[in-house]
Amino acid sequence: MDGYAGKILRIDLSTEEISTPPLLEKMCDEFIGGRGFVAKTLYEELLPDTKPFDENNLFIIATGPLSGHFLPASGKTHFGSKSPATGGYADSNMGGHFGPALKYAGFDMAVITGKAKAPSYLFIEDDKIEIRSAKAYWGKGSLLCEEMMKKDLGEDFQILTIGPAGEKLVKFACISHDFGRQAGRTGIGAVLGSKNIKAIAVKGTGSIPVNDIEKAFAMGKDAFKKVSQKPGFKGWTPEGTAGITDWVNEVGSFPAKNFQTSHIDHSHMINGKKVLERLKITDKGCYCCPTPCGKYGHTKTALGSAYMEGPEFETISLFGGSCMLKSIEEVAYANYLCDELGIDTISGASVAAFAIECFEKGLITEDEIGKKIQFGDLESIVYLLNLMSLKQNSLGNLLAQGVKTASETIKQGSEKFAIHVKGLEWTGYECRNAPSMMLAYMTADVGAHHNRAWVLGHDVVGAATNVHDLISAGADGDKRAKAIVSGKDSAKFVIDSQHTRPAFDLLGCCRLQMMELGFEVENYTDLYSTITGKKLTWDGLLKISEKVWTLTRMISVREIKNFGRNSDYPPPRFYEEPTPTGPNKGHCISLEDLNALLDAYYEARGWDKNGFPTNETIERVGLTDLI
Amino acid sequence: MKLLSDYKKCSGCGVCKLACSIENFKQVTSAKALLRIQGLFPAPGHYQIHFCDQCGICAETCPVDAIELEEGVYRINEEDCIACHECVDACPHSVMVIKKEDDIPAKCILCGECARVCPREAIILSEEEIAGEVK
Repeated sequence: MDGYAGKILRIDLSTEEISTPPLLEKMCDEFIGGRGFVAKTLYEELLPDTKPFDENNLFIIATGPLSGHFLPASGKTHFGSKSPATGGYADSNMGGHFGPALKYAGFDMAVITGKAKAPSYLFIEDDKIEIRSAKAYWGKGSLLCEEMMKKDLGEDFQILTIGPAGEKLVKFACISHDFGRQAGRTGIGAVLGSKNIKAIAVKGTGSIPVNDIEKAFAMGKDAFKKVSQKPGFKGWTPEGTAGITDWVNEVGSFPAKNFQTSHIDHSHMINGKKVLERLKITDKGCYCCPTPCGKYGHTKTALGSAYMEGPEFETISLFGGSCMLKSIEEVAYANYLCDELGIDTISGASVAAFAIECFEKGLITEDEIGKKIQFGDLESIVYLLNLMSLKQNSLGNLLAQGVKTASETIKQGSEKFAIHVKGLEWTGYECRNAPSMMLAYMTADVGAHHNRAWVLGHDVVGAATNVHDLISAGADGDKRAKAIVSGKDSAKFVIDSQHTRPAFDLLGCCRLQMMELGFEVENYTDLYSTITGKKLTWDGLLKISEKVWTLTRMISVREIKNFGRNSDYPPPRFYEEPTPTGPNKGHCISLEDLNALLDAYYEARGWDKNGFPTNETIERVGLTDLI
Repeated sequence: MKLLSDYKKCSGCGVCKLACSIENFKQVTSAKALLRIQGLFPAPGHYQIHFCDQCGICAETCPVDAIELEEGVYRINEEDCIACHECVDACPHSVMVIKKEDDIPAKCILCGECARVCPREAIILSEEEIAGEVK
């Protein structure tokens, strides 16, 4: 089947049975790949009453039809499971080089079940598949483990690892790869840890069939050329996602002190320019990426020095804003520590900020923590990251469950500032002045994550445009209309974005060339058609994207007890506490307005008042056979 | 014509390797590439580009003189090759591959595709007589 490698790798770790059934064309036509494969497989194969750390839980790796092909940024890989963070649908994607290597080894997808008898790693070299002892690597940091395995196996192996946090089942443990790329969200690394799998190493030497390779090669070259001609190619690439730091702060959407407010005074000390000046050694690109947003560098602080990739915007906003670290070197050091321990920087920073606010309000004590902690203090942050990642005491064990569970135990009003949706910690955009972005967080299928719909630009400049143009427009002037967005408009923008951005997660390539530079979407479906020999329009892809979105909702409806409208609200801080300082002082979105947003969203999606897809919607999107 | 490289510009994306494989073997894979990108991580934290500089050691090593210099490029005469792979082992840059289908080695013939597709000009084709790192 052109475009695809053609096989699925299935491994039952409990029985050590390995099989490689063919990838079925019907699944490719109906779900494309990546996130589509993850959702379909989870819905069909997850056994009733499976808990995230049960042997029965699935750990899925899925590439897409464009993964590994000659086109801009074809290196995305998807991981899926039942989420330790939310108990519902989980996927987390990662750049780097792993997915293409898996396809070259012959597999579009891997489905791993069961639990290995002892700490192990998976070895994949074309059709040689082995479950090997990880005794030498267990307990090691994610980065150190990868370095050791590269030395042991060879530099041409692509390796993903978990850190000690994944081994200890921290609910926001991540997967690491290529010394700085992560599948960070939803606690996917802890699922691997629960299966006693420390790492997966893959080397592929095969080729992926292409319907018209001469034409696809020529089109790929043309795509690289077109991307390089976009204004943002030279403007956006140097700083990558960190380049948006000052803009987000200027428009009053920067999380500060556990989202108490939305503006900081020191963004100039932690922005993209500082990454280049103080940290960067080299740009670090994912597979075939012409606009590498990864910045690899070295940081030196009073507590230590380290080589690390990053920090990118989310890490900057959460550690530099929510935790209030004052320099890019300190943010980078916290970034490094999360990477080595194997936790998501977003959730790790959020949990640390939540703990500090709890301490400041007297809800947890110095004795419980083990020391005094405060915002802006690297020593406090490093202490907390170790505490939660290694479950060093009973509070560490609690914090390792994430802010939702921690606040439900601590109580005393801490639930109001546990910044999450569905149990997944909020990423780097404060939304009390941004109704569309707020709705995007409320309804994202994995919990409070920005990458399903980034519509902040719509809220603060009243237009949908690419990030490069937004930054160029700045925070002031006529372009900043501060549009009063009706619930209906917000719902439409959010839904459009929730179909557009995850469409790239079906194809298996990065969306940033489109989102950040404005590279036209039709380029991707044209490439798909040439590579696979199958006609696909962008509108047709969006319809499949909507089907997958509906399916991920159905997974959470089925898997999360009492799931429904109540699962889609932000923390009370965002609708009860007006922003105290900064450009959006005095602003918040009322509960009444949030309800109006949800009503408009559900209606536009064809969901009922409780947020369940109706039978008519399930039929309309083409899921009747599955559900 | 020679290849020159500038490791400081390389982001390790590997598009050069994929283009090399498609151009020379019509195969969508990185494993067939006739150049290597080595990531030196965690320290010193940058990439190294390894490519054929047409040094001729492969030709000197070949026991049957199956590798000949033609207009500045060493080419393998596949009919004369005995697939002993001594050239592959001797290559100082480890940038020769063995084709699975016929067990015959392959080497860079200076097609220049790697340089043409590099989005960062980390590899360039030059009229210079001496290949290597950009000074």
